[in-house]
Amino acid sequence: MSHLLDRLNFLQSKELDRFSNGHGQTTREDRSWEDTYRNRWRHDKIVRSTHGVNCTGSCSWKIYVKSGIVTWETQQTDYPRTRSDLPNHEPRGCARGASYSWYLYSANRVKNPLVRGRLMKIWRNMRKTMTPIEAWTSLQGDPILRASYVETRGKGGFVRATWDEATEITAAANAYTTKTYGPDRVFGFSPIPAMSMVSYAAGSRYLSLMGGVCMSFYDWYCDLPPASPMTWGEQTDVPESADWYNAGYLLLWGSNVPQTRTPDAHFYTEARYRGTKSAVVSPDYSEAAKFGDVWLNVKQGTDAALAMAFGHVILREFHLDRQTPYFEEYTRKYSDFPMLVNLEEKDGKLVPGRFVRADDLDGKLGEKNNPEWKTVAWDEASGGLVAPNGSVGYRWGEDGTWNLEERAAKADTKLKMTLVDKGDHDAVMGVDFPYFGGEATPAFATDANHPNILTRNIPVKKIKTANGEMLVATVFDLFCANYGLDRGLGGDWVATGFDSDVPGTPAWAEKITGVSAEKIIHVAREFADTAEKTNGKSMIIIGAAMNHWYHMDMNYRGVINMLVMCGCVGQSGGGWAHYVGQEKLRPQTGWQPLAFALDWQRPPRHMNSTSAWYAHTDQWRYETLTSDEILSPTAPEGDWDVSLIDYNIRAERMGWLPSAPQLKTNPLEVAKAAKAAGKDIPAYVAEQLTSGDLEMSCEDPDAPENWPRNLFIWRSNLLGSSGKGHEYFLKHLLGTDHGVMGDDVAAAGGKLPKEVKWHDEEAKGKLDLLVTIDFRMSTTAVYSDIVLPTASWYEKNDLNTSDMHPFIHPLQAAVDPAYESKSDWEIFKAIAKKFQEVAPEILGVETDIVALPILHDTPGEIAQDQVKDWKKGECDLIPGKTAPNYVPVERDYTAIYDRFVALGPLLDKLGNGGKGISWNTEPEVQHLRDLNGEWLDGPAKGCAKIVTDIDATEVILMLAPETNGEVAVKAWDALSKATGREHAHLAKPKEDEKIRFRDIAAQPRKIISSPTWSGIESEEVCYNAGYTNVHELIPWRTLTGRQQLYQDHLWMRAFGEGLMSYRPPVDLKTITEAVNTDAQEGLPHLTLNFITPHQKWGIHSTYSDNLLMLTLNRGGPVVWISEVDAQKAGMVDNDWVEAYNVNGALTARVVVSQRMKEGTIFMYHAQEKIVNTPGSEKTGLRGGIHNSVTRTTLKPTHMIGGYAQQSYGFNYYGTVGSNRDEFVILRKMRNVDWLDEEATQKEAAE
Amino acid sequence: MHNFFFGIYPYIALSVLVIGSVARYETVPFTWKSSSSQLLRRKQLILGSVLFHVGVLMIFFGHLIGLLTPIVIFDTLGISHGAKQLLAVVAGGAAGVMALAGGAILFHRRLSDPRIRATSSFADTAILALLLAQLLLGLGTIFVSLQHLDGHEMTKFMSWAQGIFTFQGNAANHIVDVALVFKLHLFLGLTIFLVFPFTRLVHMLSVPLRYIWRPGYQVVRSRRKPRSPAE
Repeated sequence: MSHLLDRLNFLQSKELDRFSNGHGQTTREDRSWEDTYRNRWRHDKIVRSTHGVNCTGSCSWKIYVKSGIVTWETQQTDYPRTRSDLPNHEPRGCARGASYSWYLYSANRVKNPLVRGRLMKIWRNMRKTMTPIEAWTSLQGDPILRASYVETRGKGGFVRATWDEATEITAAANAYTTKTYGPDRVFGFSPIPAMSMVSYAAGSRYLSLMGGVCMSFYDWYCDLPPASPMTWGEQTDVPESADWYNAGYLLLWGSNVPQTRTPDAHFYTEARYRGTKSAVVSPDYSEAAKFGDVWLNVKQGTDAALAMAFGHVILREFHLDRQTPYFEEYTRKYSDFPMLVNLEEKDGKLVPGRFVRADDLDGKLGEKNNPEWKTVAWDEASGGLVAPNGSVGYRWGEDGTWNLEERAAKADTKLKMTLVDKGDHDAVMGVDFPYFGGEATPAFATDANHPNILTRNIPVKKIKTANGEMLVATVFDLFCANYGLDRGLGGDWVATGFDSDVPGTPAWAEKITGVSAEKIIHVAREFADTAEKTNGKSMIIIGAAMNHWYHMDMNYRGVINMLVMCGCVGQSGGGWAHYVGQEKLRPQTGWQPLAFALDWQRPPRHMNSTSAWYAHTDQWRYETLTSDEILSPTAPEGDWDVSLIDYNIRAERMGWLPSAPQLKTNPLEVAKAAKAAGKDIPAYVAEQLTSGDLEMSCEDPDAPENWPRNLFIWRSNLLGSSGKGHEYFLKHLLGTDHGVMGDDVAAAGGKLPKEVKWHDEEAKGKLDLLVTIDFRMSTTAVYSDIVLPTASWYEKNDLNTSDMHPFIHPLQAAVDPAYESKSDWEIFKAIAKKFQEVAPEILGVETDIVALPILHDTPGEIAQDQVKDWKKGECDLIPGKTAPNYVPVERDYTAIYDRFVALGPLLDKLGNGGKGISWNTEPEVQHLRDLNGEWLDGPAKGCAKIVTDIDATEVILMLAPETNGEVAVKAWDALSKATGREHAHLAKPKEDEKIRFRDIAAQPRKIISSPTWSGIESEEVCYNAGYTNVHELIPWRTLTGRQQLYQDHLWMRAFGEGLMSYRPPVDLKTITEAVNTDAQEGLPHLTLNFITPHQKWGIHSTYSDNLLMLTLNRGGPVVWISEVDAQKAGMVDNDWVEAYNVNGALTARVVVSQRMKEGTIFMYHAQEKIVNTPGSEKTGLRGGIHNSVTRTTLKPTHMIGGYAQQSYGFNYYGTVGSNRDEFVILRKMRNVDWLDEEATQKEAAE
Repeated sequence: MHNFFFGIYPYIALSVLVIGSVARYETVPFTWKSSSSQLLRRKQLILGSVLFHVGVLMIFFGHLIGLLTPIVIFDTLGISHGAKQLLAVVAGGAAGVMALAGGAILFHRRLSDPRIRATSSFADTAILALLLAQLLLGLGTIFVSLQHLDGHEMTKFMSWAQGIFTFQGNAANHIVDVALVFKLHLFLGLTIFLVFPFTRLVHMLSVPLRYIWRPGYQVVRSRRKPRSPAE
């Protein structure tokens, strides 16, 4: 009753009892105070949700709600359990996720729609007399007014706006841009849809209906390993983490599992308890290193040399000295080892050329359909040449032969892998292989210098063709020679033992990598030995560390080669486990129609972001890497001496890569002109492009007509995280203060690009409007013109999947969106509605022309077996064949909203599908009408409703084979048509299963096996990539149909990457004499390799501004260096330091640690510069983010297209934004200036 | 005026002290604590805290006994006023110096350590400042006391204090003519009573004295309702 009165009990004994010889006492004290603590943990309800972008861990969480407020979260523990003898998936979760609820009510939450003050003022003024369209038109027409708000980006000055105003400005800007420049000037950037599919789809659906550009992320983040599509024709497919447990040997390579894959790390521990041996490759003593039996502390950036030496040992001991039966059979059936390669003559010497095709041979081996796309091998069974089943030529234009059965032309075969035996070859000849190891920059130089061409002896067969004699060799023979193995054929550059100083040997690798030859041999033997004994249960887990180098393909292909040699890919417990920005949107084929409005119009506009940002942030103007630095000494003749942007322009021109914007002229106008001329649109565009009357935008990215004008950023922190070349974004795209300290190519006296138009005056402030949608005030939000408050991950309904586990589970609104926020779905609905209101003033039903590159997994992917450029007159411009296709798309700008909220008619008409197969989906569309309701009138009459976010989730779940068993069976049947084999048994047992939103709200559900993916969901095995290729004999989607270790495209050969080899990091020349003032003044400083791994205290930039996580580290940006380096430059732990180069500067505290390797600096990627970041002495501006000292650089081999697996796919193939070859100068800061002065009166008044 | 400060103000201060403390104990019991900053920084605390607490406790009980013991008891026991005053000056002075030294250390620590400073409320710093000021004033009275060692002056304060507690309307009259420093000391003392419930001083009411004689080192609170017939 009363605390005080209750204690006034002096007359009563407090003691009830004693025990333990009087040492213990039972008292009658009041216990009601305990209820306070009980109430602390008492709650009204628990709602299942998760964390919806960035983190791909996909852990299901319990969200606790008390009095309408989210109070905390804990891990869900109810994942469906695994089979016996396999540990369960839970626990899944980490400290980062557990801190999320802090954001909901933090000061950093965006609470209202915000508009840049000056823009708001102008807008409100103009809107007094003008319509929204007029207002935006007149604002953009006045350069002084435009500059007045553009120049203040990033300098504060937001004012609150109403939703009505903010969406009106946005819609007016979009409509104006569509009308004036073309819809492809409206860009949208959002990543990782798998983590919140509906939120992603909201923005991309709006953009796609309008004709705007959806920008890729996986390649831009440099998480896409191009080696995967090159080898497998597959974006990235990997084992679920539970499969680690099945491994016999785990090689962790540049992956810090406990730190960056925290929820999955328990499987690594459990595998260790099971007895799995593990080696860890990492330059620093990482958290993962202590899990290993062996730690290989490789020098950063030299992984390919290590992989090559591993491969050398494996080939020597398991393929040559002793032929392991399992490895031999696996590689014969599942790799391109037996395929024949034409040896071409160059300057009187031989170099490996193209794969031999049926087309090259007399009679084409009887193949009439696509003979130029059917590769050829020597068949022991028939003693002649055959075109084995499964190559890409069989995939298109015929049925039933695209499989990996050991057959060709309806006869059984046994392919020959090597011609090394006396009777099998006609001659032994010298073939040239490029060697790049001697070209290392000083930081990577060793004394292991060898000539840049290594001639090695190869067993060669001579075959007669229509065009005379052809010299051929098998891939396996070339492959072994490339690894420097002695086959008893004599000649130079082959190793007699592991200690020879020949490229490829462990002794050679020791000099480059710093890892002892002894350790290399030891690990290679154990790795292969385990694979032999277990039929492929050796696994390599890789993280971003290896993929972020310019020559990442070499690192990855080195690893992939090891796995293929040992028969590990496609075997549970083995294979390639690349866990970087996993993008496994499991119900992908159900989601795509919703996300890209394929139900209303096709195709959507997709763009590869790396090329786009490289062009539009003008990073190309500063390019220091020239093509001769990366070209192979064995390159075939060709016009190779052009800039990297020129290569990209060629790629866009030949239909290899997408473009955005696409044509310099507004496509709506081009369509009108075509109509006026009475011509078919593709033909008209072809004609106009050939004559030069029409130009592609890529040829002149700095012309104002070709600027991206509007940019939406949602679910992303482009400017605070992934924006490589951050300062170039600020300078050119945004037009505000920036820290760029270098000169462009012209000013630096370099060679100007040839194909691109050079403007002496640089373009600044290309964007008219930057709209960011976020729940927190991120660095990107700070630089935006409009910031819209979105619902947090506990305030909306959505779907979430990962490749780390096989479940699909939801995000759910535990509480309503706080403050004035709305879910992304509702925000884009609101913008669409506003657009529909304001646009009809200038837009009606219009015909748009979408330039579509040649896409992978479509019949068009076998477009260009030769590289020919129409602009140089080497061929005609044939849309879709020698150039992008130009597809007319009708858009109704007066019904954008009506279409947004309805499932359009094209699904009924055209069906649904993905990855090269399609099926009828009318029953599912009808089910959706029944489930979501149907529009009874209006432009979407008769269509199923998609009004709420839950409606949207049902669309995805209904249409996808992974969540609808009936569709899965249809999908497998569709695939059976191509392979001629029965696959539906993989889904039949689940045919009746239909997963709905409320099902996954109850419990995460395991998805259903589908041909979209190469693994299966089963009670027998864990999900593992390549499983159906190996066990169902479904070909890999490559040229040869097999795991392709030899890449024969002209550009691959030109750049010396036909086969894998070690390529040292490139020289980006960012530390010039001019910028290095510390050297000029003789002050202590360090030059260090700048490495940006993933952190422990955040998931990219998320949580890096979260108080709870900040408390666990140093409360702001930090960099890590070694003790030795620190001593050299007089730094001690926690000093303020500055890192800089020509790209910009950043400030941080320094962590001095013995864990670090000398010569490197770690800056954990994406620490927000809005927290505890002082001013830079170099730039006089606030210190930047980690990307302030980087600049992205393109690699021509990633641009290849129209060539089977080397064809474009959104987030699937294309240029990637590497950033690890960078060096910075690091110095102790003399003055720590927080730049905290008050605003001037003038500024304050604004 | 004099009557207000020394005749009425004492009742206000004591009422606030009692009612305020009860109210705080009843309404926000979880604020009833000493708010120790030992977790943030142990340095300086042990020395400062021990000096301060020992000194203050001696002074507190010295004042309590000295002021509230009826004069007749001293007379009966044969303790002369002069002897009592000498004792008060010597013991009080020593304790005062201890408390002052300890308090100064604590004050320095509270202001100079950025973490402690950041976690201190206004009341935390202010009460320490008040106590230090009171200690200085208290020590200041010694110089006045030394001028009349007969103890006559001291009986005025005893009469006043006992007058207040026995509700004599004219209690303030006893100290009309004492030195200013005494009046300031008294006023500040009453003010400390006044602010007592709003500061961390409340922890002195909850000194866990019982720990000294409780028998068990393991204490189990019964789940049984107190005073239930089943016990």
